Amino acid sequence: MSALETTPNPLVRRSDRLGRRRIVNRSMEVLAWLAAAIAVAILGVVVWSVARRGASELNLDLFTKSPVQFAIGNVKQGLANAFVGSIVLVAVATAMALPVGILIAVYLNEFAPPSIESGVSLVLDVLNGIPSIVIAIFVFGLLVVGHGQSGLAGSFALATLMLPLVTRTTMEVLALVPDSLREAGLGLGVPRWRTTLSIVLPQTIGGVLTGTVLAVARIAGETAPLLLVSSVVGTAVKWNPTQALYSVPLAIFEDSESPVPADHARAWAAALVLLLFIMCASLGARWLASRSRRKLGRTAR
Amino acid sequence: MSTLGTTGNAVRRPFTGRRTRPGDLLLQAVAGLAALAAIALVVLIAYKIVDGSRLSVSTYGFGFLERSVWDPVHGRFGALEFVTDTAITSLGALVIATPLALGIALFLSELSPWFIRGPVTALVETLAAIPSVVIGLWGIIVVAPILREHVEPALHSALGFIPLFGAPGTGLGVFTAIIVLTIMILPIISSISRELFLGVPAELKEAALALGATRWEMVRGVVFPYARGGIAAAMILGLGRAVGEAIAVAQVIGAFDNGASWNLFNAGETVAGKIALDFTSWSTQDEYSSYFYLALILLVFSLVVNFVAQRIVRGVARRQGLAR
Repeated sequence: MSALETTPNPLVRRSDRLGRRRIVNRSMEVLAWLAAAIAVAILGVVVWSVARRGASELNLDLFTKSPVQFAIGNVKQGLANAFVGSIVLVAVATAMALPVGILIAVYLNEFAPPSIESGVSLVLDVLNGIPSIVIAIFVFGLLVVGHGQSGLAGSFALATLMLPLVTRTTMEVLALVPDSLREAGLGLGVPRWRTTLSIVLPQTIGGVLTGTVLAVARIAGETAPLLLVSSVVGTAVKWNPTQALYSVPLAIFEDSESPVPADHARAWAAALVLLLFIMCASLGARWLASRSRRKLGRTAR
Repeated sequence: MSTLGTTGNAVRRPFTGRRTRPGDLLLQAVAGLAALAAIALVVLIAYKIVDGSRLSVSTYGFGFLERSVWDPVHGRFGALEFVTDTAITSLGALVIATPLALGIALFLSELSPWFIRGPVTALVETLAAIPSVVIGLWGIIVVAPILREHVEPALHSALGFIPLFGAPGTGLGVFTAIIVLTIMILPIISSISRELFLGVPAELKEAALALGATRWEMVRGVVFPYARGGIAAAMILGLGRAVGEAIAVAQVIGAFDNGASWNLFNAGETVAGKIALDFTSWSTQDEYSSYFYLALILLVFSLVVNFVAQRIVRGVARRQGLAR
């Protein structure tokens, strides 16, 4: 790696090697282009496979009908229970993670001394790095053993995965809020807490929303925790999170392991819906981010 | 990071020593409690995993890592098979993904015309957003048949003298898992590296170019040495992600341990994949606890990965701070 020291400086060599150096340079450039092309091609192939196979299966029945066990013949079935379950699971998880995440960010950015701030940041990084399967088995041991599976346990696991993401983005936006705003509030004699809650926090709504959308997109496809803590389900559509709820990623997982082609078709359709949701959410978040950054930039000036 | 500390201080100072208002105290207490809850959550995760694995740890000890047997009937458990398959799949993915990711990062930071830089960056980041279960589905139904029909026989006939490329299998196996993991860690390594490369001071790059270095010599002599530590951190984070990935690997690896074998086309089973596939069908306390032992291995590994990566990143930040 320390090419500068070990290899003799190519610049002081005789110039008859120039041709060779040009060739090496050119081939490395071509390789870099190729690498980028490969990455884009992989994405294209994955999205195209999902779109091609999923689109033909995409119909209203997918959202309105439940799967039928041991279906004989051409029974109309869908994944209504999985879509409803996913919506409930993700909504409850967001309701758990969002307020806590915002509070942590407020504490770290507005109150905590630097030593505590870096300590808690480290803890959040650690939490972010724990594999989701470990979170899954943790929640199983904490909430499921002795109580049975439930949607709430699933939401708790998803919230645990969401928390570091939400906190991180909220902290980033809070840091962007200009100090002049805080000083203006304090200078007018507004107490610290009111300055924080009614002057600083409202500035961050766009950024927090962006972070939340991205976090939702990330956990909507999370399978491992739900496989362990919210997977023993019937085929009925359930809204009650105290029962075990089915979910879209779990449906894709189970249908992908099935030998029945009809199940594969359903898995592709569900994957297409999930992928569309995640891509729309990421693009929407990108747009929101650029908008809110522009707005914050204006107030700073 | 540094801006966070300073912004806070500028506002905080005037208040120390003044009378505290109850509202301030309340908000600080509630927000502080939330931060405390996050710490408690991590401690609780560690405690629960350690507590759950206690029976298995005390029964099998480190011998758990030296045996490859998973036999609930006779109460004998070992993780060697899973650990080796995890190591093979994630290191294999790292070996393939790193040069690709560095190529992508160089393309995006040095080579690409401005009008495709934005779109390609967004596309690579989109690759990271695809859920692992969808990549796994694609791996099972699209990739596996291609591997089975074309790639594995071709590799076997061309490189069959290397024990890694043995007799072709079903298309589901360690090799397929490596491919799937490569796709999953590629965007992680490339996006971190891209930011590192963009952070290399333009003066250094211009100095090399002005001395007559070609673009590649500039990259090799300036960009790579400057970003070395960061690239290592990116690779470590990618490795951590690959080791912890359960679902996509469980879908494509075939989930069948057929003893020690050098053949990449054989089925296998990783630590995370084993938990995902079989945990819910545990039958004895011993087995239940052994799954927690597997989770403990993953947890310890993820902690080590994080701390090492953090240390490297902080070291790089300090060095760059000095350089400026």
